[in-house]
Amino acid sequence: MDVMPKWAEVILVPLISLVLATIISALVILAIGEDPVAAVKLMITGALGSSYGWGYTLYYATNFMFTGLAVAIAFHARLFNIGGEGQAALGGLGVALACLYIPWPHWSVALVGAAIAAGLFGAAWATIPAWLQAKRGSHIVITTIMFNFIAASLLNYVLVNKMRPKGSMDPASARFPETVQLPTLHDMLAPVGIEFSKSAPANVSLLVAIAACVFLWFLIWRTRLGYEIRSFGSSESAARYAGMPPFKIIMVTMMISGALAGMMAINNVMGEAERLVLNSVEGAGFIGIAVALMGRSHPFGVFIAAILFGFLYQGGAELALWTAIPRELIVVIQALVILFTGALDNMVRMPLERIFLALRKKGA
Amino acid sequence: MTAPPAIELKGISKSFGPVQANKDISIRVMPGTIHGIIGENGAGKSTLMSILYGFYKADKGEIFIKGKKAHIPDSQAAIAAGIGMVFQHFKLVENFTVLENIILGAEDGRFLKPSIAKARRSLIELAEDYGLHVEPDALIQDIGVGMQQRVEILKALYRQADILILDEPTGVLTPAEADQLFRILDRLREEGKTIILITHKLREIMDTTDTVSVMRRGEMTATVKTSETSPAELAELMVGRKVLLRVDKQPAKPGEVVLDIKNLHVRDEKGVERLKGIDLQVRAGEVVGIAGVAGNGQSELLEVLGGYADGTGSITVNGQSLDLTGKNSDGQSRRARGIAHVPEDRQREGLIMDFAAWENVAFGYHNDAAYRSGILMNNAAIREDAEGKMERFDVRPPNPKLAAKNFSGGNQQKIVLAREIERNPDLLLIGQPTRGVDIGAIEFIHEQIIALRDKGKAVLLVSVELDEIMALSDRIAVMFDGHIMGERLPDQTDEKELGLLMAGITDTDKPHSVEEVQQNLSFAGGDQGA
Repeated sequence: MDVMPKWAEVILVPLISLVLATIISALVILAIGEDPVAAVKLMITGALGSSYGWGYTLYYATNFMFTGLAVAIAFHARLFNIGGEGQAALGGLGVALACLYIPWPHWSVALVGAAIAAGLFGAAWATIPAWLQAKRGSHIVITTIMFNFIAASLLNYVLVNKMRPKGSMDPASARFPETVQLPTLHDMLAPVGIEFSKSAPANVSLLVAIAACVFLWFLIWRTRLGYEIRSFGSSESAARYAGMPPFKIIMVTMMISGALAGMMAINNVMGEAERLVLNSVEGAGFIGIAVALMGRSHPFGVFIAAILFGFLYQGGAELALWTAIPRELIVVIQALVILFTGALDNMVRMPLERIFLALRKKGA
Repeated sequence: MTAPPAIELKGISKSFGPVQANKDISIRVMPGTIHGIIGENGAGKSTLMSILYGFYKADKGEIFIKGKKAHIPDSQAAIAAGIGMVFQHFKLVENFTVLENIILGAEDGRFLKPSIAKARRSLIELAEDYGLHVEPDALIQDIGVGMQQRVEILKALYRQADILILDEPTGVLTPAEADQLFRILDRLREEGKTIILITHKLREIMDTTDTVSVMRRGEMTATVKTSETSPAELAELMVGRKVLLRVDKQPAKPGEVVLDIKNLHVRDEKGVERLKGIDLQVRAGEVVGIAGVAGNGQSELLEVLGGYADGTGSITVNGQSLDLTGKNSDGQSRRARGIAHVPEDRQREGLIMDFAAWENVAFGYHNDAAYRSGILMNNAAIREDAEGKMERFDVRPPNPKLAAKNFSGGNQQKIVLAREIERNPDLLLIGQPTRGVDIGAIEFIHEQIIALRDKGKAVLLVSVELDEIMALSDRIAVMFDGHIMGERLPDQTDEKELGLLMAGITDTDKPHSVEEVQQNLSFAGGDQGA
């Protein structure tokens, strides 16, 4: 017997957390002498008021879906993969190599090829910490975060010394050929008669991200592997009793996780920048942790949370652009959302549970 | 009697969320008596005592101590009111000495020395008065469980307690140690202390208490004089219906040897040898019970057989040897060989507490052809199977969608049993089948084990409840310190003999002192701590 009905658990708790975060954020904005109502309005119109805003919101959301799913699948095996940043960076390298050195006939084939390359590179990068965890017991939190730094250094080296076109001062790869340019939402929606902003970066990768959500849901709840992953994550001792091999579960889970994080690169590297630049991930790997927390590690929850964070990112950028609210405050607001939806979850849950109990008692 | 009750509770109620743990409970405990509180797991005994000891606050009701209304907001207040509590799981610091543990939380000043000196003096007095001898400078980790419990009692007495609450005190003791504990309790009563004994064991109630209160589902169903009741009546009061206290079974008809263990050695992760050369056989159609104090190698035996600990030596099942270290030494391979395993700790091993009951029905067998289609789980088939199993094993509530953690201990165990027994295994390993299980379910679980035996299957039973071993086994092997001390037939032995074997004493005909038993056990226990 669960205390709360499912809808309250899934919708009401995050919603109230969100409202609380908004209220505190409003107080902070008020404290620096700005108008919170105007700020919220600006965020909403900036992120959702135009197809341009939507284009950016969805572009960010696509990134967060990939990294959020990566963290979520690892959570199911009680592995805390905070190496999404590094895995996504390596995924970028995979995409760049695939796009630059393989002559693709058409973008669709290139997308498949690049996604595979991104996944392989990301998975490979996650394999080493996974192996260290499974065989040596080195804590995955420590190793994955250290691998973020190694990835950053590696990318630095590769971009400056290997992939930089001759004569360029910019530590970035050459531009990808035009044949591998991914269609943006503008290109995709024009044939069906919907006007969508030409300059917004959201592209066909969004569909891949949504497919990844569905795929992951299926993997977790419908396959035997998913069953083993969830069992292992819930109780390692029980998994041992059942004869589920911990080594295999840790390795496979982290490879899937790394592959998902890596696949983010088809959006930001292939879809948007169309070349590999330094620090292309821009913190999306870390946002993925918050997205997975808020989405309760459920692929559908990750989907919703990713869109919310996409909104915060784009809305925040608009705030920084048009008001005197400094860029740092946007980070504060994002942090508050993470704090309330992730860390302070029980603060909202407990009183709600009490309310539902009282209601039930009255009803009984 | 004109003296006011030592403790009087009036109309105590307490609920946790939708669960009413205590419903309008009133009880009077007279001074200088041993008052038993008996009830099944989850009947509310521990909650009631926690209220008395200031861990929980009652929603309603009043507490009177020695006739005066008392307000007990925390354990400090309870101690001040003269109440001492000995918990089931001791609250001792392992690497402190006995003396240091006794003064812990009751230090007199900033410096330890005067407190220690004072404690040493009063410890000597207490030892004189109550026959509670301990070695004051021994480390807790070096002394046996019985001694540790004595330290807990001394802790309470040192704090001037004259009302002692003991929560399931014999759970970890051998019969000899339990006997000695009861002698101490008698002595304490003679000295005018009041004792509340919480237990689910009928025999302890009958042997030691003056008065007994029975709890069922949060309510106090009766308070009677022990001399005027019987175990059968108490059991009925506890469960709410007539229960069969004895296991009804025909003599076994042992067949071929199913399990044959030869010279089995097991080391734990730290390299400490836990099984030191075990030889054991279990035949088809018989139950072999392993008796022993917890921690003498029984768990490791089950783990090796279940495929999740490595060992050396030889184990054959139906004449074919088991892989003890290599690739095929895992739970999946064991299941394929016809070994089913009901583990000792169902919450840590046997079930995934967050999973729904139906998902747990497939646990360990998720690769079974009936439960899968390719790489997918055949959830529909599993759900259907779960419904049938839950019905046949009378799991309540019969709702496969409920998470395992929401079932009571007995019903959780029935889910595990249904899963393992319905596999129709050649060999069933079953550890602590009725730990934390209510009496009503115990009867059912015992019936299922005997039914499997009668189908000609081999059963290896591990239990720390000697009564259970005696009732179910066709042959009893006693384990001590990683060895099997001997095998006995249940109708040719008694608790006393088994108790001595459990303490590693094999010449059971000669008289032995409790001190010898305790010394032996603390030796084995010290080995564990290393």
